[in-house]
Amino acid sequence: MIPELGHFALILSLCLAVTQAVVPLVGSYTRTTSWMAASRTLAWGQFVFLSISLIILTNAFLANDFSVIYVAQHGNTKLPDMYKISAVWGAHEGSLLLWAFLLAAWSVAIASFSRNLPLEMVSRVLSVMGMISIGFLLFMLLTSNPFDRTFPVPFEGGELNPMLQDLGLAIHPPMLYMGYVGFSVAFAFAIAALLGGRLDASWARWSRPWTTVAWVFLTLGIVLGSWWAYYELGWGGWWFWDPVENASFLPWLVGTALIHSLAVTEKRGAFKSWTVLLAISAFSLSLLGTFLVRSGVLTSVHSFASDPARGVFILIFLLVVIGGSLLLYTWRAPYISGGGRFDLISRETFLLGNNLLLSVFAALVLLGTLAPLIYDALELGKISVGFPWFNKMFLLTTPFLALLMGIGSLSRWKHAEPSLLVKQLRVAFVISLLFGLLSLLPVFSGGNWLVGLGMGLAMWVATAHLVNLRDRLKHKHGFAGFWVDFKSGGRSYYGMLLAHLGVAVFIVGITMVSNFGYENDVRMSPGDVSEIAGHEFLFEGVNQIAGPNYNANRGRFQVTKDGEHIATLEPEKRTYFVQTRPMTEAAIDWGFTRDLYVSLGEPLGGGDWSLRLYYKPYVRWIWLGGVLMGLGGILAITDRRYRTARVRSAEAVNTAGVAPAVSGR
Amino acid sequence: MNRYLRYSIPLFIFAIIAAFLFKGLGLNPREIPSPLIGKPIPEFSLPTVENAETIVNKVDLNGKVYLLNVWATWCVSCRAEHETLVRLSRSGKVDIVGLNWKDERDKAQAWLRQLGDPYTINIFDKKGRTAIDLGVYGAPETFLVDSKGIIHYKHAGPMTMTLFNETLLPMIEDLKHKG
Repeated sequence: MIPELGHFALILSLCLAVTQAVVPLVGSYTRTTSWMAASRTLAWGQFVFLSISLIILTNAFLANDFSVIYVAQHGNTKLPDMYKISAVWGAHEGSLLLWAFLLAAWSVAIASFSRNLPLEMVSRVLSVMGMISIGFLLFMLLTSNPFDRTFPVPFEGGELNPMLQDLGLAIHPPMLYMGYVGFSVAFAFAIAALLGGRLDASWARWSRPWTTVAWVFLTLGIVLGSWWAYYELGWGGWWFWDPVENASFLPWLVGTALIHSLAVTEKRGAFKSWTVLLAISAFSLSLLGTFLVRSGVLTSVHSFASDPARGVFILIFLLVVIGGSLLLYTWRAPYISGGGRFDLISRETFLLGNNLLLSVFAALVLLGTLAPLIYDALELGKISVGFPWFNKMFLLTTPFLALLMGIGSLSRWKHAEPSLLVKQLRVAFVISLLFGLLSLLPVFSGGNWLVGLGMGLAMWVATAHLVNLRDRLKHKHGFAGFWVDFKSGGRSYYGMLLAHLGVAVFIVGITMVSNFGYENDVRMSPGDVSEIAGHEFLFEGVNQIAGPNYNANRGRFQVTKDGEHIATLEPEKRTYFVQTRPMTEAAIDWGFTRDLYVSLGEPLGGGDWSLRLYYKPYVRWIWLGGVLMGLGGILAITDRRYRTARVRSAEAVNTAGVAPAVSGR
Repeated sequence: MNRYLRYSIPLFIFAIIAAFLFKGLGLNPREIPSPLIGKPIPEFSLPTVENAETIVNKVDLNGKVYLLNVWATWCVSCRAEHETLVRLSRSGKVDIVGLNWKDERDKAQAWLRQLGDPYTINIFDKKGRTAIDLGVYGAPETFLVDSKGIIHYKHAGPMTMTLFNETLLPMIEDLKHKG
């Protein structure tokens, strides 16, 4: 009976979503205050009912209710409670429920934190969110109901995919979805602005913090996913250019362009139609990712169970949402006023360059991801675009991005004096050039130009921003001066600084790990020693151990360097009871400048094992860089400007000559 | 009218993508391209992974039933199936011919040194032309080819012992018997 209540709650949510999509929108045109104000209540209603659904599904997992098909497929009595909870979003149906729930959560956040927004805007934004919600709820109810029952009731469940039984992956999907769904807010703001024809600086200021929050979640979600792939898949890789990874990377790239473009629109009123287009694209790409993952048009290691009926549904959904919004864009964008003029050498130009590079890179990744599909559809044969192509495209675009980043953040709006820029950046340029050249020396890389490029660029980004910081603090005194600046509205500046330094750290990480990493695939007998990058791995053999829902072989290694004991590593190879696929659990001795990584291969008889040993220099810097970017984003959102926006946005609205907004509450 | 045209570019791009997605729904990326089954493998003339001077032709492979395995060092699943291939080749039940696809020679050689070499012949298809002729969608893929060079089966994805024992081995025994 309880699961039916979950199902019923979903249906009620759908009814509320329909109301939320229609009533406030109509109200915003007929200027009926009560209709517009209803948007907030309706958003709360949806949130409550979707919470009920989610709690009921979670409870079904915790209570091992295998009469629910979804639970029977992915739950198990022996599964630890934490993974019973993460199993809720561990497969298609449940992850959709999470999507819908998070969408409702974002809607409620808008309803609560929008006191300083004109009611008309709030109602349109929430109406658009309601439309998106209709799509997801219909999708769930028509093709993928997580509450479907089965009879006879199985005695035991099929268990969550062992690969997903991991803390990192328990929280990775919610983070990622927070990002995907969060872009729906930027999207909704853009659509609401197009509908109302009010695309001004205050619009950009309203949607900026929301977009940044979404971007932060997406960034951290991708970092988590990459980190998970690194330690869980046992190949020591951290990015595979898999379609599903690309599906998260595409919105990230466009989202990154969007937060930069929004800055221009807020500060200078320029790039308006471009910003709107990016906001539409970021969310569209999130949706496209969903389509690619769930429809089975592309093969991927992550693929959800695919079903043509689902594919058709999502495609129709995509056509309505993306097609509809682009149609609206075509209709309204020509009437968007241009912004302030700017010179060729100005921050606007550099940010435009950043936008173009990010978009071009995103387009290339999209092309690479869809290429197998395009070839197949044109009957040119079946192809697969691998690692090398994506890496090449990455190398073609991102260095320019790093170059621009250094100049852009230093230059002034509207007009930057070239001679001043040269003067400011001279030292940074020389230092990074020298640093890059230095890294080409035989002792370091022996002329590997990729290392020189990477190190030079990382140094460039870092030093250019330090110059920037020095200039900002020139007339402030000591730490107290910095603190005052930090507190009085400098947070978005320091957030930018932190995020950009994160990029430098990231560049160091990928340069080091791709060029100085070592790996050794060896056969070892107990007592054997294998050496890699100066570290000696003594293999002590493999024991059998028993886990809660698996048996495992656990190897034991003593790692020494120059006779000194460094670490004891215990990699495992697990066989889960239900899904008997063997899983590797790599053992990693992590360090700030290097990881030592061991994973068990296959038993070769007589106690011998095939083993993979890795030396991964600076690999943590890749994720550290990502985390710094995320933290920078968080810092930026806490800027006072967004909390004092109430007064200023009201001014902006009035000066824009639009009818005064009606205050809802 | 012109001003609308410029702003409708994104819409057009999306329309094109959507058309491909629609077409894609009707296609199955893992599906075996049936036209190839029962047909001979395509003509080729390529060097081996070991040696750029040694040229292998289609006819050089004839005379034996073999598995043609498409692999690459950049392909993660190839790594996963490699142990299975090594085990198969040690069992002596079938020869495995490798088709190294869009790869670099030194990387491929290092891989074989480290992980073991299950291949009797390893063809080096850097441009991926032969793989396209074979209708390769993604590595790894494995074809069962008889002594006259006719393809009898194709598997997309990593090779497993179950697949070999239950599907391929009976076919191999059958083909050896006939030919």
